[in-house]
Amino acid sequence: MKAKIRKIAVFVEETQREMDREISPPARKAAAVAVIENPYAGKFVDDLSELMGIGEELGELLTTRALAALGIPGPSAESYGKAAAVGENGELEHAAAILHPKLGTPVRRVLGKGAALIPSSKKRGGLGVVLDIPLGHKDAAFVRSHFDAMEVRLNDAPRANEIMVAIAVTDGGRPIPRVGGLTKDQIKGEDGLR
Amino acid sequence: MKGATCMPDVAVRKRLICVEEIFHEGGRVAAKPLRRAAALAVIRNPFAGSYVADIQGFMDDLKPLGLDMARALVAALGGDAKAVEGYGKGAIVGSAGEIEHGALWHVPGGYAMREVLGGAKAIVASTKKVGGPGTRLDVPITHIQASYVRSHFDAMEVGLNDAPCADEVLLALVMTTGARVHARVGGLKASEIKGEDGLR
Repeated sequence: MKAKIRKIAVFVEETQREMDREISPPARKAAAVAVIENPYAGKFVDDLSELMGIGEELGELLTTRALAALGIPGPSAESYGKAAAVGENGELEHAAAILHPKLGTPVRRVLGKGAALIPSSKKRGGLGVVLDIPLGHKDAAFVRSHFDAMEVRLNDAPRANEIMVAIAVTDGGRPIPRVGGLTKDQIKGEDGLR
Repeated sequence: MKGATCMPDVAVRKRLICVEEIFHEGGRVAAKPLRRAAALAVIRNPFAGSYVADIQGFMDDLKPLGLDMARALVAALGGDAKAVEGYGKGAIVGSAGEIEHGALWHVPGGYAMREVLGGAKAIVASTKKVGGPGTRLDVPITHIQASYVRSHFDAMEVGLNDAPCADEVLLALVMTTGARVHARVGGLKASEIKGEDGLR
């Protein structure tokens, strides 16, 4: 493992009731978060390939952890998202290096499919910074019922020389979707959009 | 339904399970990573909005939820109750409730963890507060057999961005599998526990 991991946290949220209506089955979201050492903290480095490799590792590890926490097989996952927060001695581009070049392939391998772009967010921040991981349907980005987000936060991360990386996976959309748009049973699943 | 007052069943809006696996904190990587888990449940506060004198019956109503949360924690930590060494509990009461409503969690929360862990002697460390959505709670953690075990004094921060709403209570239980990852400030050790009074 290239990544030097200080800690891993896994969150599972289960919404059973919204506005006093029972949600059956409950809407579930899981996020797996790794806090890793930033190999480039405190210096400007042009070639970010080490972080790209770390992104590849974390794509597999965090997706596997999130799926295991939901207790479902990969193809049953409906939406996904990713996010990273870089500690103060790093730069935003470090988050981009982890998230964008290589992380997606193992995510899709673990889930079985995933034609849609994996929605993402990134920021720099201090300990306790909040990550709002954007969520979208994994096979068709336009599925409106699955536009969502999951907030995660660790009070002790990221330290100045660390990066916090998160992947979220769900087994459904928002609890009571009713704003129209493309529905999941209309997905063609060819272009990742519809 | 037990108790003097007639309450609605416990209405759960959402639940959260969080498991942290800590490999190191700047020192040597632990041979066995420390794991800490929190179970949260957001429930409707049946007493929100007015002063109710007799609230004790709700403690019984909370027992099944407490047991379910305690079992979920053991499962999240790998399924073996014997692996659990530390615990704690807490509550955040939404703004239309009072701190006393949070105190209703002491008995069912503590009872549930003792029941599931079997033979835990130490008092369950706890904290509670009134707060709005997004309020964070530092749930204190101590050794399940002996409160004075210094290596196991810890805390886990929990919270949910959308809870508790005014008429809700957020309930929390926490369990850990061991000492702080680089514990080295002395005091009573887990290996020195007598296990008679829950303290040492």
